[in-house]
Amino acid sequence: MTEKRISDLLRVSRSAADADRPRRVVVTSPRTAAARRPRRPLTTEIDEQTRLGEVYMVSLVRTQFRLALFVCTVLGCVVGGLPLLFLLVPELRSAELLGVPLPWLVLAGLIYPAFVVGAWLYVRQAERNERHFAELMDQE
Amino acid sequence: MSPAYGVTAVVLVLLAAVLIGAFGIRVSRTTSDFYVASRTVSPLWNASAIGGEYLSAASFLGVAGLILTYGADMLWLPVGWTGGYLVLLVLVSAPLRRSGAYTLPDFAEARLESMVVRRASSVLVVLIGWLYLMPQFQSAGLVFRTVTGAPTWAGGLLVAVVVALNVLSGGMRSITFVQAFQYWIKLTALAVPLVFILIAWRSGGSPGLPPGDPWALPLHGREHPVYATYSLIMATFLGTMGLPHVLVRFYTNPDGRAARRTTLLVLTLLGAFYLMPAVYGYLGRVYGLPATDAVVLTLPGRLVGGTAGELLTALVTAGAFAAFLSTSSGLAVSVAGVIAQDLTGGGVRPFRRSTLLAVTVPFVLACVARPLPVADVVGLAFAVAASSFCPLLVLGIWWRRLTTVGALAGLLVGGGLACAAGVATIVGGPYSGWKEALLAQPAAWSVPISFAVMIVVSLLTPSRVPRNVARTMVRLHTPETLDVDRGDWRPRSV
Repeated sequence: MTEKRISDLLRVSRSAADADRPRRVVVTSPRTAAARRPRRPLTTEIDEQTRLGEVYMVSLVRTQFRLALFVCTVLGCVVGGLPLLFLLVPELRSAELLGVPLPWLVLAGLIYPAFVVGAWLYVRQAERNERHFAELMDQE
Repeated sequence: MSPAYGVTAVVLVLLAAVLIGAFGIRVSRTTSDFYVASRTVSPLWNASAIGGEYLSAASFLGVAGLILTYGADMLWLPVGWTGGYLVLLVLVSAPLRRSGAYTLPDFAEARLESMVVRRASSVLVVLIGWLYLMPQFQSAGLVFRTVTGAPTWAGGLLVAVVVALNVLSGGMRSITFVQAFQYWIKLTALAVPLVFILIAWRSGGSPGLPPGDPWALPLHGREHPVYATYSLIMATFLGTMGLPHVLVRFYTNPDGRAARRTTLLVLTLLGAFYLMPAVYGYLGRVYGLPATDAVVLTLPGRLVGGTAGELLTALVTAGAFAAFLSTSSGLAVSVAGVIAQDLTGGGVRPFRRSTLLAVTVPFVLACVARPLPVADVVGLAFAVAASSFCPLLVLGIWWRRLTTVGALAGLLVGGGLACAAGVATIVGGPYSGWKEALLAQPAAWSVPISFAVMIVVSLLTPSRVPRNVARTMVRLHTPETLDVDRGDWRPRSV
């Protein structure tokens, strides 16, 4: 902890010496309740495996896992649901759409573009999650 | 048909593979080049290579043959082989790339910090690899015999020699280019004849199936179709991530983000390819062709007569050989890599010796064993992968409380049960009723057992959680743009 305090002091004195710092002005609504900015890069918290760092890591892993689980659930419902649907509603097995048997239209055609669209949406969201995490870490 | 066209096609494909592979010699100098192509491969090359590697004889010939034999239920096979990449994408791809491991045993060691788990993974990788290689050599022999009349072992030997040469001369760098080239050959070899076939079909008045043909209906054809369908779905969707030759390909991505994008491209390429086998199977039924793996080879000649038909048949044969070559090369690289690293301590020379071992054993097996349906043995490899590496990867990446003992127990119980069921099917069969269904399609019970064992044993041995699990989690999940301490673990071979 002493290390942390010393580095804080150093930082304060350094910023005080900063000449082109904007002048202090009176604000109409003092934001005393606003959260204070962390004084060290958050990546240090992760590197030193402090409680705070752990919280950040757990939140990242949990966000990504929830996303993955969501995709897998949807996939499971579609893929697991189709045989069940054919089992429970036998008319669907021989139904035809556009002159093609429905099971063939779905299993030999439509399901492939659906996979690609699902994967594309996932990649977009996963990259977005990572970008948010990186931005969070960068605001020193 | 006259063998001349077919032989020419086969020779051209083999020559092209050797030549393209030879380009890699100049660039592969160090061990790192040999194993993972220096990680300088772009997503499209990489995705084509994964596609080329993944589309084996089972995909090129087997799927259409099985659809023709058993009907609509077999449509799940290509669906699962593609959908497996979606599961792999969301659960595994980026963290696995970020782990920095070269092989599955590397990942096991990095995550669980245990040499015992590493060894167990190595044994499973080699077993899955051999299980997958054997049917490739066997079907190469069968296709070669169909085309030229040569003895069955000749085709397998040809493929085995070219694969060994390729891996020995260039390592994976050259293999990446060979594989990428193979994907496009396979796509062309199936698509061009299909266009001609469809034209012939339309000009013949677009005949369809007789109304009410039970062949076209799902949940039909085998005993216990519902169980078999669900078990097939389980094995294919979860087994894909555990195939050693597929995972090794992800290490050639520069970072986790590229690994995701590569997987997305792979899904697109595979989806495009798998639209076609179903059409071959369907038309095979319409024209009443005999229900064998050869339907892809015989349909063009049947519908398009004369020289054009023979040329198309030659093209399909070339595609089939591309399929044998590419899958076998990828498997040989991964099996050889694992043997070299874990049995001899790494380096270029052991890698060469291991390559010979990796190719020779399954070739001998293919000559000795009785011919089994390609898709059966390949399906067994998927089931073993789904019951061993799938839980290891998923729990290892997302669950901090996985312990060394838990992982080992899950690998041994899950992988062991799936292997035992497969061996019983191959050696002991044929069985009947539920016994047949449960043994031929073990995934539906072996995968849940494997997960359960891994979780329960881990919870019972909380003191055996790896010491650096927090650091490993940072390594697996934080984007590369962040400057954080990711630990100092490196694969041992570098």
